[in-house]
Amino acid sequence: MTQQKKNSILSLFASVQLALSLLFLLAATSIIGTLIPQNNPPDFYIERYGFKTAQLLRILDIPDMYNSWWFLGLLSLFALNLTVCSLERIPQVIRTLRRDGLTVPPAQLAKFPLHRELRLAHAMEAATTRVEALFTTLGWRARTANLEQGRLLFAERGGWTRFGVYVVHCSILIILAGALVGSSTVARIIGNPKFAFKGSIMLPEGESTNHLIAFKSGEHIDLDFHLRCDAFAIEYYPNGMPKTYRSKVTVIDKGQPVHSADIEVNQPLTYKGVTFYQSSYQPYQNYQVSLKKQGSTAATSAIVATAKQTDWPEAGVSYGIINRESQGEATRRLKIWFTDNQGEPSVFWVNNNQEAIIERPSGTYLLTLRQLYATGLQATKDPGVWLVYLGCLLMLVGLYIAFFLSHRKLYAFIQPDADGCRILFAGEANKNKVGFEDKFSELINTLEK
Amino acid sequence: MDSSQLFGVTMIAYIVAAAFYIGLFLFKNERVGVFGMALAMAGVGIQTAATGLRWYESYQMGAGHAPLTNMYESLVFFAWCTTIIYLVLEFRFKTRVMGAFVMPCAAVAMAYASFSDRIDDQISPLIPALQSNWLIAHVVTCFIGYGAFAVAGGLGVMYLLKQSASNANDRQPLLNALPELKVIDDQTHKTIVFGFMWLSAGIITGAVWANEAWGTYWSWDPKETWSIITWFLYALTLHARFTRGWRGRRIAWLAILGFLAVFFTYFGVNFFLSGLHSYGSV
Ligand code: HEM
Repeated sequence: MTQQKKNSILSLFASVQLALSLLFLLAATSIIGTLIPQNNPPDFYIERYGFKTAQLLRILDIPDMYNSWWFLGLLSLFALNLTVCSLERIPQVIRTLRRDGLTVPPAQLAKFPLHRELRLAHAMEAATTRVEALFTTLGWRARTANLEQGRLLFAERGGWTRFGVYVVHCSILIILAGALVGSSTVARIIGNPKFAFKGSIMLPEGESTNHLIAFKSGEHIDLDFHLRCDAFAIEYYPNGMPKTYRSKVTVIDKGQPVHSADIEVNQPLTYKGVTFYQSSYQPYQNYQVSLKKQGSTAATSAIVATAKQTDWPEAGVSYGIINRESQGEATRRLKIWFTDNQGEPSVFWVNNNQEAIIERPSGTYLLTLRQLYATGLQATKDPGVWLVYLGCLLMLVGLYIAFFLSHRKLYAFIQPDADGCRILFAGEANKNKVGFEDKFSELINTLEK
Repeated sequence: MDSSQLFGVTMIAYIVAAAFYIGLFLFKNERVGVFGMALAMAGVGIQTAATGLRWYESYQMGAGHAPLTNMYESLVFFAWCTTIIYLVLEFRFKTRVMGAFVMPCAAVAMAYASFSDRIDDQISPLIPALQSNWLIAHVVTCFIGYGAFAVAGGLGVMYLLKQSASNANDRQPLLNALPELKVIDDQTHKTIVFGFMWLSAGIITGAVWANEAWGTYWSWDPKETWSIITWFLYALTLHARFTRGWRGRRIAWLAILGFLAVFFTYFGVNFFLSGLHSYGSV
């Protein structure tokens, strides 16, 4: 490849025009995925758009466009553009910062857009001291050069803020890198599906598991520990809206219960890099029964289904569920048949998870039935998320620096004349010029007083 | 007095303020402008009280949460942000006519929130997914951004109006009252810069929240996607300005286009597309 060709490719990737085109393309193509539903089974697209169109969509990866080769390609080009462009400009910034203000020829100062001249009835030394003091009140440290025609004072602040832009650009690359690290594609490429994954678990109350089902691929992913669901509960507001979904879980590592916690929506549990989120639930048509005889220590518990008789031989009692009232799949009330084989059996309704007191010839019994649930947990391991968060933080800091802080320079050239001296002030700021102008005038006004 | 009455008073204040600002623009009567400003300020004050009261009422009802959780509350908050950002701009740059282009937007948002039957203004308890402090951070940052972009869009319209008049070269007295083109251009840019900062923060807080609630900081759901589209558009606008030297007309158009994207992110997605942000739907 010739030098020239190389340079023209390089300059293409360094160009802001390409950046503008890419930003536009990313914005425009992103719209597609908001109009065409994503990640549905193939039949969905055929039914909705017809066979021909569906095929075209599939060829272009539209059903999963944000992971398609062309969209990721656009993002890669964008990242490359950003990298090349920034790398090319940083040396220029360093050169700008290295340039010593004291080498500016005093004659040029009068040509600065921001300059002002004033006279002081002081001798050179006294005037220099005053101007220096002025710089110091601002918190600026002036350096001095003795030139032929007079003395030049120079101070600057915030040179480093010129890097703010590059902090922002770098933050974008960090976020993209974090997204890459956390993607299942990378986990597959390095041949370790346990490196990063997203999956789900449907875990019935009382049971435990040490694997989950990965999204999309449906593969089993093994965990290094077991998770047990001790209980699942839904709480409601008085108006019937759900208030809390809560799974009480215990982590069992090497056979030992090591950690118990409540997982709620917005309150996940992280163990060994895997985070578990409350995401759904499944009511079962089975019930946890606890039955006690009042005034004795006799008690029993069982898991029962409907329309089946259960016996408690020690107490000579039998019971069963003969009917129930549900809302959706959630049981509200249960109709119980209960006997101690003395007299007529008791038949009554009781609410789910509420104690019933049953008076029988053989004594008083306390019975509670609770519908069993399975909790649906989402489990994620994303080692890239800290990079993403770091990038986000850097972006906000960088944006603040780039937008609201500036590199300011202040010059004062002092020349002796007949009965005192003339001082030429000049200043420049790379941003917020208006604010700097005000400060500049204010400064010089204090000297004039 | 309950909060909904106070919000009603706020709405009237904004509508009349908008009318006065338009009056200032049409008749160049400074007095009318001062009334407009006073009303806008009173509106902000009353709305602040109303918001505090609604917050308190939600606790009284046993559904305590900051009033930033549904379409009604967010619309109202949008009007509040827009008005405050506009007033700050008015004080800093001392150009009152701008109000004629911005306050109608706040007034319409407020009126729509109150009168549309698609929007429920009841205080309701929070479903589990919304019970997070990130919700507040997310809504506040986003809507400060949206408010700024609304102001920038208004300034864009003002720029184009003024420019079309000066092109036509008829010395229309009406438009002479508007600030210099250069001044409008500069303010548009500054407002966009301010908005961009907050939009970025809004997208980031949203991502952190999503990660806390679902374990995925970015899932390309339509609302997220539209917010990033909007972000790309403003990034484009900023780069076109400071690296390619775009000024004036083009920036004004981009400010308007950007606001349309904001508008679609906020409304269009809820009404036309489906997704995770269904709490915004009504
Ligand atoms: C959406 C992603 C991007 C964001 C958020 C972003 C952000 C910024 C910010 C905040 C500034 C400083 C603005 C100022 O000085 O007022 C800036 C400047 C700049 N950006 Fe970007 N940028 C992005 C993408 C890009 C890309 C892809 C390129 C590739 C060429 C690029 C090239 C530049 C250049 C050349 C400057 C001017 C630097 C200077 O002051 O000399 N930006 N960017």
